[in-house]
Amino acid sequence: MNDPLSRALRAPAPQARAAARRFADRAAAEHEADFAYTTFSSPLGELLLVASRRGLAQMHYLDDPLEQALETLARKRSPRIVESAGALDRWRRELDEYFSGVRHRFEAQLDWEALTSFQRAVLRATVAIPYGATSTYTGVATAAGNPRAQRAAGNALGANPLAIVIPCHRVLRSGGAFGGYTGGLHRKHYLLELEELNRP
Amino acid sequence: MTTTLPPFQDLLDRHGEDVWRSLRAMVGVQAAEDCFQETFLAALRAYPRLRADSSPRAWLLTIAHNKAIDHLRASKRERVQEIEAAAEDPSTPDDAVWGAVAALAPRQRAAVALRYIGDLSHREIAAAIGCSEEASRRSLHDGLQTLRSQL
Repeated sequence: MNDPLSRALRAPAPQARAAARRFADRAAAEHEADFAYTTFSSPLGELLLVASRRGLAQMHYLDDPLEQALETLARKRSPRIVESAGALDRWRRELDEYFSGVRHRFEAQLDWEALTSFQRAVLRATVAIPYGATSTYTGVATAAGNPRAQRAAGNALGANPLAIVIPCHRVLRSGGAFGGYTGGLHRKHYLLELEELNRP
Repeated sequence: MTTTLPPFQDLLDRHGEDVWRSLRAMVGVQAAEDCFQETFLAALRAYPRLRADSSPRAWLLTIAHNKAIDHLRASKRERVQEIEAAAEDPSTPDDAVWGAVAALAPRQRAAVALRYIGDLSHREIAAAIGCSEEASRRSLHDGLQTLRSQL
């Protein structure tokens, strides 16, 4: 019974791929899925973008395999994750504009849900650092309401779930040293230079 | 320790095509799209409750089977016309197979689809159809015999 039956039943079904894409886009648009993701090719390499119904929830440099990042998200937040470029259109547009130097602040919504209140305070203080300017770990800790918590502030910045959008690259060590950067120092350099060049 | 569920997108990527094929065998190419969307929507909604150690493939194909049966119940008359049209006009060898499959009784069609497309075990097929293993073996056997006599 192998030949005609198996062959016909198992013939490639290209319609299936299109149907799966339609499903994922709709599940993302109607928030049936908890998270939608896509990847974005930036001058600094592939980025992973993840959105929830509240807004952009994660943006990472994709140095590790995509599967690993998605498995972590599934384990820590929810496995109801689908791929949908459409759901992240607006963010991809803003990123294009940012990397070409014309966008100086991001406007689409962020999802702060998974953060502790101190992390939130630190990251909000970081968002407030203007384009083309820099601050220090002490400066950010102070703005977050606790001048002595510079180490904790450093940790919160190191765990920034929204690279570039929350501009932790604008935070330097006191005295002008470069400090660290989760994505690697060459990227911190690149972003600071980009902003220096396009500063208003 | 793989006790966490993979991202739902994995299920779409890995099993989407076979879900589509088995729906095609069950309800025809026209209705397969709607049933596919309904299958994955129901699966997505129920997904967090799926046990991480169970087979997502058998689970999806079971949901697809239920959606197909719902569809067949809701549209009995159209279905018959579609089968007749397919059986009368086999323009390719594959069409002849699809026509013959479409003409089977629903349970036989389901058993053939779940076995030949889904690659499920007899136990999984029985669970999906909601009958005894013995009855599902018989459906598969009868279905194959009918197909053999026609192809």
